[in-house]
Amino acid sequence: MKKAVTVKKAGGRIYTFLIFLFLYAPILVLIVFSFNDTETGSRAVWGGFSLRWYRKLFEDRLILEALRNTLLIAVVAAVVSTVLGTVAAIGINGMKRLPRRIMMNITNFPMVNPEIVTGVSLMLLFVSAVRLFGGRSLGMGSLIAAHITFCLPYVILSVLPKLRQMDPNLYEAAQDLGCPPVKAFFKVVLPEIMPGVVTGMIMAFTLSIDDFVISYFTSGTTQTLPIYIYSMTRKRISPEINALSTVLFAAVMALLIVVNVRNLKDQGRQPEKEV
Amino acid sequence: MKPNSKLLSAPYTVWMTIFIIVPMLLVGYFAFTDKAGSFTLENILSVGQYSNVFLRSIWLGAVATAISLLLGYPFAMTIARMSAKRQNVMVMLVMLPMWMNFLLRTYAWMTLLEDNGLINNALAAIGLPRVHMINTAGAVVLGMVYNYIPYMILPLYSVLTKIDRSVIEAAQDLGANSAQVFLKVVVPLSMPGVISGVTMVFVPAVSTFIISKMLGGGGNLLIGDLIDMQFLGSAYNPNLGSAVSLVLMVIILICMGIMNQFDDGEVNEKGGMLL
Repeated sequence: MKKAVTVKKAGGRIYTFLIFLFLYAPILVLIVFSFNDTETGSRAVWGGFSLRWYRKLFEDRLILEALRNTLLIAVVAAVVSTVLGTVAAIGINGMKRLPRRIMMNITNFPMVNPEIVTGVSLMLLFVSAVRLFGGRSLGMGSLIAAHITFCLPYVILSVLPKLRQMDPNLYEAAQDLGCPPVKAFFKVVLPEIMPGVVTGMIMAFTLSIDDFVISYFTSGTTQTLPIYIYSMTRKRISPEINALSTVLFAAVMALLIVVNVRNLKDQGRQPEKEV
Repeated sequence: MKPNSKLLSAPYTVWMTIFIIVPMLLVGYFAFTDKAGSFTLENILSVGQYSNVFLRSIWLGAVATAISLLLGYPFAMTIARMSAKRQNVMVMLVMLPMWMNFLLRTYAWMTLLEDNGLINNALAAIGLPRVHMINTAGAVVLGMVYNYIPYMILPLYSVLTKIDRSVIEAAQDLGANSAQVFLKVVVPLSMPGVISGVTMVFVPAVSTFIISKMLGGGGNLLIGDLIDMQFLGSAYNPNLGSAVSLVLMVIILICMGIMNQFDDGEVNEKGGMLL
C-alpha cells in the first residue's frame, strides 16, 4: 500500500515536471538565444556569448518610444478604470435584482466576447466617429479609451465580491454615528474593499501592458510594445526580440517577487486572508 | 451601501453604452449594409463561402481545448493535493508564463519548430530524420494549447482545491473505489471549473489570428485571420468583416449556451453567462 502511494507521488512529480518543462522550455530557449552571437542571424545555431542584441535593443529609439506609450496607456487605463469601476461596483451592489442582472450581463459581455470582435467593433466606432465629427485619426486617445473599456469589467468583478462580503450595517452605523457619506466611504467602505480594488488595478495594469489584439485594431499608426513586437516577428529573423523578451521576463519576475513578498508579510499579519 | 446606487453606476453605464453597446450595433449595421450604406444580405450570405475556414477554426479550437483539458485536469489535481505553501508556488509558476506577451511565447515556438529549428537539429544530432512541424495544423494546435492551458489549469485548480475532503472520505467509507470516487464525486463537483476552463480556452482559441499566422503559415487560415484581412489586410472590406465577426459571435454564444446546459446554474452570477 505504502509503495503504491510513493509510486503515485513520484508519478505526480514527473507529470508536474513535464508540464512545467512544456511551459518554460520555449521561454528558456528565448533567453538563452538572446545572448547568442550570430552573424548569419540564424535563430537556432549557437555562435557564442554576446550582449550585442541588448546593446542594439537599448539603442532602438522606436522600442523605447513604444515602451513609453505602453506604460502611459497602462497607467491611465488602470487609474481611470479602477476609479470608474469601483464607483460602479458600489452602485451595482446596491441595485435591485433585475437592474443588477442587466448591469452584470453588460459587464460580462466584453469578457466572453472574442477579443478580436471587441477590437474590430471599437475600430468601427472610432473610424465612424472620425468620419462624423472630424478630429484626429486613431492613436493614443482611441487606445486609452479602448484599454479602459476592456479593463473595467475586471475591476468590477474583483471589487464586487469584497462589497458582498462586507457587512452592510457598517456603512449605516458610521452614518448613524454622524459620519458624512463621503467620509464614511473613505473611512469605512474603502478600507474594507481595498484588497479587491488593488487586485483590480493590478489586473487592469497588466492586461493593458499585455494587450495586443484590441490595440492592434485601435492604434492607427501609434506603436505600443506588443504591436512593435508583432512587427518584429513579421521580419524573418530578429534576435533583438529574444533580448526584449528576456528583459520583460526579468521585469515580470522582479515584480512578482515583490508582490509575493508583500503578500507573505500580509499573511503573517492576518492568517485567514483570501488571495 | 444602498443610497444613490443608480447615480454611482451612471458614469459606467454611459461608458459601456458608448464603448460596448454602440460598437456592437455598428458591427450589426456594417454587416447588413453595403459600401453605399443601403441594406443588403449579401455580406452574411457570402460568409458561407468561407465555411471551410469556420470549420477549421472550430475543429482546431476544439482539439486544443480537449488536449488542454486532458493535460490540465491531472495537473490541477496534483497541485490541489499539495501543501498550501507549495500550492501557492505552483500557481505562481503556472501564471508566470502568462505574464510574458503571447506574441513572444508564440515566437519562441517558431524557433523550436522550424525546419532548421532546435527540435529538428536535436533530432538530426541523434540520427533521427527531421520532421516538418512548422506551418502545419498541428503546430497551430500546439500554439493554442501552449498559450491557453493556464486558463484551463487555474479554474480547475480553484474548484478542485475547494472540494471538501470529508465528502471524498465519506464516499470511500461507503465503499467506493478510487475510480468511483473520481467519476462520481470529484468530476461532478469540479464541473464548474471544467466549464469555465473550456470556455476560457475555446473562445480565444477559436478566434485567434496570430497563432495561425505565426505557426500555421499561409495554409491554415482561421476566422480571426479572415476578419483581420477585411479590416487591416489587403482585402479591405469592413462590411464583410463585420458579417464574419457577427457569425463568429453567434457561434460562440451557441457553444457557450451548450456548455451552460451542463451546469446547474450555480456560476450564474459571476461565471460570465449571457442572456
